[in-house]
Amino acid sequence: MIAELGHFALALAVAFAVAQAVLPLWGAWRGEARLMQAAPALALGQMIALAVSFGCLVLVSVNDDFSVLNIAENSHTLKPLLYKITGAWGSHEGSILFWCLILALCGGAVALFGNPLPASLRARVIGILGATACGFDLFCLIESNPFARLWPPPANGRDMNPLLQDPGLAFHPPILYAGYVGFAIPFAFAIAALLEGRIDAAWGRWVRPWTLGAWCCLTGGIALGSWWSYYVLGWGGFWFWDPVENASLLPWLTGTALLHSAIVVEKREALKTWTVLLAIGTFALSLSGTFLVRSGILNSVHSFANDPARGVFILGLLAVIIGGSLLIFAIRAPTLGGSGLFAPISREGALVLNNILLCSIAAVVMTGTIYPLFADLLLDQKISVGPPFFQATVLPLATPVFLAMSLGPTLSWKRAALFPAMLRLWWAALVALAVGVFASFGMAALPAFAMAAAAWMIFGALAEIVERIRLFRLPIGSSFARLVALPLSTFGTTLGHAGLGVTIAGIAGMSMSTERVVLMHPGDTVDVAGYDFRLVELHDAKGSNYNARVATIAISRNGVPLVTLAPERRAFTTQVMTTTEAKINTNFFRDLYVVLGEERDGAAVMRLHDNPLAPWIWFGALIMAAGGACSLADRRLRIAAPTRAASPKNTAPKNTVQA
Amino acid sequence: MTRKRRRLMVVLACAVGLGSAAALTLSAFSSTLQLFVAPSKIATEAPRGGRVFRLGGLVETGSLQRIIQNGSPGASFRVTDGGASVSVSYIGILPDLFREGQGVVALGSLQPDGSFAAQEVLAKHDETYMPPDVADALKKSGRWKPGQGAPPASALWDAPDWNQAKQAGG
Repeated sequence: MIAELGHFALALAVAFAVAQAVLPLWGAWRGEARLMQAAPALALGQMIALAVSFGCLVLVSVNDDFSVLNIAENSHTLKPLLYKITGAWGSHEGSILFWCLILALCGGAVALFGNPLPASLRARVIGILGATACGFDLFCLIESNPFARLWPPPANGRDMNPLLQDPGLAFHPPILYAGYVGFAIPFAFAIAALLEGRIDAAWGRWVRPWTLGAWCCLTGGIALGSWWSYYVLGWGGFWFWDPVENASLLPWLTGTALLHSAIVVEKREALKTWTVLLAIGTFALSLSGTFLVRSGILNSVHSFANDPARGVFILGLLAVIIGGSLLIFAIRAPTLGGSGLFAPISREGALVLNNILLCSIAAVVMTGTIYPLFADLLLDQKISVGPPFFQATVLPLATPVFLAMSLGPTLSWKRAALFPAMLRLWWAALVALAVGVFASFGMAALPAFAMAAAAWMIFGALAEIVERIRLFRLPIGSSFARLVALPLSTFGTTLGHAGLGVTIAGIAGMSMSTERVVLMHPGDTVDVAGYDFRLVELHDAKGSNYNARVATIAISRNGVPLVTLAPERRAFTTQVMTTTEAKINTNFFRDLYVVLGEERDGAAVMRLHDNPLAPWIWFGALIMAAGGACSLADRRLRIAAPTRAASPKNTAPKNTVQA
Repeated sequence: MTRKRRRLMVVLACAVGLGSAAALTLSAFSSTLQLFVAPSKIATEAPRGGRVFRLGGLVETGSLQRIIQNGSPGASFRVTDGGASVSVSYIGILPDLFREGQGVVALGSLQPDGSFAAQEVLAKHDETYMPPDVADALKKSGRWKPGQGAPPASALWDAPDWNQAKQAGG
């Protein structure tokens, strides 16, 4: 019954989506205010219908209704409640429904918070979101119905992949999806602007917070996924250049570029056409990222079972959406008009450089990701592109980004002088040099250089604030007063840039990690990077739906006991599968990482790691996302300013944030 | 600065950016691409001289042995595509999903004695999943004709007398 209700709500959502796509767009085209007014209600209707549908799926999952195929294949009565709930978006069908729900939430958000927008722009944005939702809701309903029944129902389910039964992964998909799908809003704004034939600073001001929100979620989602693969998969790495990982990195790269070029549109009304193209491209990459990989076209760990019908539907949908939007772009882009002038050395120039480099990196990563597919189809060669390729190509392109990143924010708009800007950063350069020299004693050349670059990024970002508050040049009290008065978005920039620096430092540190694989008898002690790992004993333990073998490892340094870790090997009974539970001890500057392998004649194969600075990789991503949230908080305050609502159509007073 | 000159500058900058990206890609392609080689093709297609490539096939049933090399524990096993098999040695912990009789992809290089030293062993799939690379290699070696239905149980894949096994299995 509940399943049928969910199925019905899903069908209702499709109807709402069709109406949401047709009526507002038609109304905006014909200038009919009543049709345009219908847009928010339709978007909210679709949102509510999908929320009900997804709620039903969660309920069915919690109730262990194994007559629903999706639940029978992915759940089990013994599965902990948390994973019964999160399992709703863990399966293929459920994840598609969840994807549609988030897209509907985006439409709902524009409907709820879009009041100050010009009526026709709002109608078009919601209409485009509806048209996109149409395709995916239909896909969910026809090709991957999560409520399909199974007869006769089995006594129990087949259980979820044990690797996915983890709190970190439970919340990885929602955040990642919010990031992917969030880029639908800038995309809808871009298409709406093309249809309107007009882009101005106000448009930029509207697009940026949505982009920023999506970007924050994507950053968080990628970091969470990478962290999960670090501590769950037990391979000791954090990024494998797997197609799925690349698929999330691509929209992140172009989304970051979009974030920066939207600033130029907002502040200087330049780079309009380019920004629109980036918005389209970012959403196209998000779409193809989620669906090409899930459809099994790219060979990956994450691909679900291959199903040709699904693949064809998805390919057609992608072709329509991406091809259609590019067609609109080709026809309408010339109408967007000219843009402000600027010198090559200026804030705009720096942001253009940022865009070129980020897009080059994205192009290289994309080539590496899809080349195997082409080689297979066209050249009949089985080839894979591994981490060495990405390291050899991404590193040289990322280096200028790192170097220019600190310099950019200190340049003034329109025309700037490079030399004074560099002078302002002398102390950051000095710190970076010192860090580089210091690191080169203990590290290889490349990580030492990366450490220096990281220091340059962190202190260069701080230098921007130091410069603004005139630290040590004014009395400390007035510096503090200036600090308090600084707009939040300045802190957002600083945090975002410094966060990347922290991540780079973490990656550099991680490349100096020590790993040992040893055969240990209980009582044996092994030395790894100055730490003594002693295997105390091995015992059996029982979990709710698995049996575990647990090792107790006591770690000490120079005879001083540090910590005791208990890595496990879990054998899941229903899925006949073993997983390794790595155990990690961290003190924020290094991780001690222990994995239990198989046992032979009373001895256990252990893998022991010392990973310097590893936590910084994810901590940096957290700082980046916090920086985005910081800017977002600032921007929201300004957009919600009452003067804006009174005069929605004009371009609003030039803001006074940037000096 | 005129509009035209500015546009020229931007186009030039883009050309430099994309050009260096293309150059980096091409140079990296020539040195880092990893070929996928099936065991029966190893004599003709496998790169020599320590170059890294991927070896894919099925783990021969009964071939898995625990070894210790230079004090580190590891495993040795044979990978087959039905036509030929190659001996693989690996130091480290085998992935959780590694099973005899199932598909595996090993990343590593060929040793002078003709065996394969793996740096990495990938078995990231369940018992019903076949890595596409491996499936393709099996089709090429004639062990599986997709027109005749789905591949039978993986335990039969590396049976020495393939055709008999297939007939026995229906």
